[in-house]
Amino acid sequence: MDEPAQPDASSLDAFKRELLSVLPHLRAFARGLSGRPDQADDLVQETAMKAWAARDRYTPGTNMRAWTFTILRNHFLSELRRSHRQVEYDPQLAERLLSMEADQEEGLHLADMERALQQLSPERREALMLVGASGFSYEEAAEICGCAIGTIKSRVARGRAALVTMLDSSPEASAELPDEAAQARPFEAAEDRAA
Amino acid sequence: MELALNQSKGRKPATVSKAVASANGKEAEPGWAQGLRSLYKAVVDEPLPPSFDDLLKKLDERSDG
Repeated sequence: MDEPAQPDASSLDAFKRELLSVLPHLRAFARGLSGRPDQADDLVQETAMKAWAARDRYTPGTNMRAWTFTILRNHFLSELRRSHRQVEYDPQLAERLLSMEADQEEGLHLADMERALQQLSPERREALMLVGASGFSYEEAAEICGCAIGTIKSRVARGRAALVTMLDSSPEASAELPDEAAQARPFEAAEDRAA
Repeated sequence: MELALNQSKGRKPATVSKAVASANGKEAEPGWAQGLRSLYKAVVDEPLPPSFDDLLKKLDERSDG
């Protein structure tokens, strides 16, 4: 019954199950990267189709989450470059964010966190999403991003510092925000392609 | 108290503790780290939206084939 050239049905099923199980994680990662729920979900669906098409290149038993995250971030970056979409820094939004934070006593709203994240440069945002949010190790994150471990560490450290600054309600801290946020820019191919 | 921070529909205004972040300023580990994880987890815990139905159907068809 089985044709030699085709993988058997059970391994396809296993692949599909693994792929389906990482969809919620892909959504969370994509949301953090793009900041726009609709765009993020499109990204995830395209990633799933790409992963399915490339299923022969996946080694069963390896890390499906890392594998699909790599596909997703590469796809996100190429879309970003293709559309020349700039990450915009909105000073008024940053101002609102800071004043809202100053008013809040009892908790940090996730919406604020999301907004603060979007003020970071994409590479820092990505590093924080991988290491801080998704729980990847520096090594895994470096592999996903195709860069050196030291690069990831530095992006996490700088991203974290910027987040703390933005989420900190103290007025002196807010003075540093525009500098950090003004650096927000699309990924630079040279930096990220250096393997 | 203002909770209407541009929440998108259907999402609860989830909060995480900011206690430690406020308490020790610069090194604020738990504030940002917990915030990031909560943000991530909030999306992971969402059910897949209906826009994924087509994708799921496609994957089903393909693995049956």
